Order: sequence, then C-alpha cells, then structure tokens
Amino acid sequence: MSRKQSDNTRTTDPRFKIAHREAIIGIALAIFNFIWWFGFAYGLGSRAPEDYTYIWGLPDWFFYSCVLGFIIMCILVIVITKYFLKEVPLDADPSHIDQPKEGPTKQ
Amino acid sequence: MNIGVIIPLVIFLIGIFAIGFIASKQMSGEGGFLQQYFLGGRELGGFVLAMTMVATYGSASSFLGGPGTAYTVGFGWILLAMTQVVTGYFVLLILGKKFAILGRKYNAVTMIDFLKARYNSPLVAILSAIAIIVFLFSAMTAQWVGGGRLIESLTGLQYTTALFIFAISVLVYVTIGGFRAVALTDAVQGAVMVIGTLVLLIGVIIAGGGVPAIMQDLINENPRLVTPYGADGTLTAAYVSSFWILVGVGVVGLPQMAVRAMSYKSSRAMHRALVIGTIVTGFIMLNMHLIGVFARPIMPGIEIGDKVIPLVALEVLPPWLAGVVLAAPMAAIMSTVDSLLLLVSSAIVKDVYLNFIKPEASETTVKLMSFGVTGILGIIVFLFALQPPELLIFLNLFAFGGLEAAFIWPVVLGLYWKYGNKYGAILSMITGIAAYIAIHFYNTANGNLLGVHTVTLPVVLSLAAYIIGSLAVKREAYQF
Repeated sequence: MSRKQSDNTRTTDPRFKIAHREAIIGIALAIFNFIWWFGFAYGLGSRAPEDYTYIWGLPDWFFYSCVLGFIIMCILVIVITKYFLKEVPLDADPSHIDQPKEGPTKQ
Repeated sequence: MNIGVIIPLVIFLIGIFAIGFIASKQMSGEGGFLQQYFLGGRELGGFVLAMTMVATYGSASSFLGGPGTAYTVGFGWILLAMTQVVTGYFVLLILGKKFAILGRKYNAVTMIDFLKARYNSPLVAILSAIAIIVFLFSAMTAQWVGGGRLIESLTGLQYTTALFIFAISVLVYVTIGGFRAVALTDAVQGAVMVIGTLVLLIGVIIAGGGVPAIMQDLINENPRLVTPYGADGTLTAAYVSSFWILVGVGVVGLPQMAVRAMSYKSSRAMHRALVIGTIVTGFIMLNMHLIGVFARPIMPGIEIGDKVIPLVALEVLPPWLAGVVLAAPMAAIMSTVDSLLLLVSSAIVKDVYLNFIKPEASETTVKLMSFGVTGILGIIVFLFALQPPELLIFLNLFAFGGLEAAFIWPVVLGLYWKYGNKYGAILSMITGIAAYIAIHFYNTANGNLLGVHTVTLPVVLSLAAYIIGSLAVKREAYQF
C-alpha cells in the first residue's frame, strides 16, 4: 500500500460519503433511543410506586420507556432502512459505482 | 430427571450437529481457504447475518444470569437490559458499508487484518491478537462452564459428562465447518431462542394468573420491585445508564461483532439485518428479563440466579415443552461459544502464525493449522472448564469491557478520522486495557467510581489517548 499522498486533489470514494451519512444516522438513532429510554424511565419512574398507573398490567414508566420505546425504535429502523439508506456495491474495485447494480433503493 | 425434557434437547443437539456438518460440506474454493473458513466467503445474507449477530451477542447472561438478576432486582434490571436494543442497529450502521468496503479492499479476514492494514503496523496487530486471545479465551471458558452447568441441572448428569457432551457438540461443527457452519447454526439457534422466549413468556403469564395479578403480587411483596431503582433502591440512574456503553454502543468494539460486519454479501443483506437484528434483540431481551421478574411470585425463594429460568420452565410448562424452551439458553451459549472459538483460532492462525511466524505457509499447512488450532483450543477450554471458575457474569463482563475499551476507538476512528494513526491506536489500546483493569480493582475495593460501571472511564480515557497519540507524534492525513 502506498502511503505517499500529499495532494488533496484525489477524490475520495463517493461511497464513503454515503457511509459517513449512514454512520451519523446511527448516532442520531442511538441518541434518540437513549433520551426516550431515560426520559420515561426516570421521568415517570421516580414517582412513588403507589402513584404509578398500569398499561397492559405493566408500570407506566416501564411501558413507555421499554415497551413503546422498543416498538418505536423498530419502526424508525424500518423507515430509515427503507427510505434513507442507499444500496451500494461493496467490491474493492470502485469503478462501477455510478450505477448501483442492485436495483432501485426503494421498493 | 424427566426424560420428557431431555428428548427435545437431544433432538436440538443432533439438529445443530447436522446443520453444522452439512454447512461444512459447502465450503467451496472461492476466495481461498482462509476467507471461507474464517469469514464464510463474505456471502452472508440478511437473515443469517442478523441472527448470527444476535446469537453471538446473546449469551448465557441474556438467558440465565440476566433474568436471574431481574428476578432478584425487579423491573430496574429489565430497564438495564433494554439498553441492548441499540446493538441491533448501531454496530451495523456505525461500522457500516465503509468497514465492509475497506475490509474487501484490504482483503481482511479478521478485525486484526483490518487494523493492521489501516495502521500499517505489525505492533498494532500483535497487541490486538494478545488482547483477543487472553480476553476471549476467558469469556469462552465462562460460557462453557455455563453450558455444562445447564446440561447438568437439566439432565442430572455429572458436570464432567455434561460438559463433555456440550464440548463435543460444539467442537465438531466449528472445527470442520468454520464460519459458515457457525453462522448457519447461529441462525437456527437464534430462531430457537425467539421461540423459547415466546413460549416461556406465555407460560409464565398464565401460571401467574395474568400480568395484573403478577404485578399485584410483586407490589405486595416489595413495591420497589416495580420501580427503576431495584429491590433495595440502590440502582442509580447513572449506573444503569452507563450500561449504554457496556452492552450498548460499546459493542461496536467487540471483535466477534466487528468480524460479522464484514461478512455480508451486499448492502441489501445489511439493510435486512438491521431490521431483523433490532427486532430480535429487543424481543429476546425484553421478554427474557420480564420472565425473570414474573417468575418471582410464581416460584419465590430461588437463591441461585442462574437457576431461575430452568426451574420456572420446569414448573410452568409440560416437560416436553420445557425441553423445547430450555434449548434456548443452550442455543444462546452454543452460538456464543462457537463464534468465540473460531475468533480465537483466527487470531492465532491468521494474525499470529501467518503474520509473524510463517507468512509463506502453503495452503495445505494453513488448512491443517486452522483445523488443528480450533480443535486443540476447544480441548484446552474443556480442560479449563472442568475446574470451573466462579461468577459467570463477572468473567464475561470483564472480557467484554476490556475489549471494548481496547478496540472501540482504533476501529471506529480508524474508519472515520483520517488523522488517526498507529501511535494513537497503540496508546489507546494500552490505555483502555490498563485503565479497565485498574478501575476494576478500584471499584471492587471501594465501590463504583463516580457511580458508573467500570467500562465508562476506560472508554473515555482511551478516546483521549487515541486523539493525543495520533496528533502528538506525527500528524498526517490517511488516504482511504
């Protein structure tokens, strides 16, 4: 592997731009997940146990934080996968990247 | 014990054995033996990829130790366990396509191959190999002990005999079948885990007289069981939140997860795996830990956490169905062990032997080495597991956190930060592991520093070390 690259003119692989965007989506999802999980668990859960209400028999803080939170994360992941992630070829040789060969992104 | 319980378990073991054996026959020559044996030829589809990630990650602690703790601690522990949902999408999104593309570009078969090529440094490779061999070896031993104990408690066999049965069933298919056998059996084991979880949840709810009745029993016993703070009120928000690092986002740094993130065949496979992985991880974690809590009013007074799930399954289900359900923890343990075994073997064969000892080894030698090392490793682990070390979760988490602190930044920033270099990587790995060990002993003696789990500070320190090391010695942009 040659390590001598002083020029900034060489364009980076355009697939990496997509990859970087998707990594940021991953971080955003995790932050949202954490806020939802933490907010309901400790926002509602810090009340006295006798003040809890029960949904499907489960304590409300737990239902919102862990059950509903999990369902919402699943929906978000499905939507993001379907509409925001791009299909790119993964081969080492990036010569044919302009035409994603795996068909349209959404279907 | 009950023969009705044993029959489904035996069928399960034979089935896994058969699948592993069939998979081993499919090893085609394409891409060379090493790619085939240690990476399945980068051909995993979405379903198998998702299942092998979930099953590798889900271990004895997800099915025995974790629910056992939830039994004692209450809903606070389920809250903690749910931090793991993030692993379902985070690992694949963060390592993502860039890791898969670079893995192919570097022709990397292991995570260490990737690190070695990215940092162009043999020292990085040797340090990583040592860390993986030491830590994952201990994790693997703990899982074997768990597997042996489980068979022992279900069948009434001697521990040695039970362990032997477990060892043989795993060793044969991993040794001859390699990664593809591991991934395919993981897919089946993952499915068994899902089914077992669902059946047992239903059984427990019925036996407890419905969720509201169970909840009333819990409140009558101790209202704190239904709060996020644990049965004795000592689970703090900071401590529980720090598990977001240990069993959540930090999982990105685990070699057994990272290697899977370069094993898939296409972007589409990765997209499918994201969805399936998130749903399956959340489903298993949520419901297994709920079962642990729900078991409390049904069977009060169980002292040993690991026995909660086996005992409650035998209590609330007919024997044959209990056998089906108890194949789930067995599957969880086997699917973790098989992945770790292959990974440690790849670290020895590919990263140490081929890199440093005999790079010109012939294809035949490599083949013999791979089979031989995998088999011998299995036997050594078996011998270690005969004298079982205590505290299964303890060892497991130690290996977990240590590896996360060592690898998370060299892998993630190696992918995304062009100024990251070998000085940063080496400093980061050493800092991460040293800090983990130091803080572990500090926490054992004095209680948790800052009230958070041991892993937290080492991960922060290794980040600082990575950045300082990369910028201080030689600031040079890396061209991907």
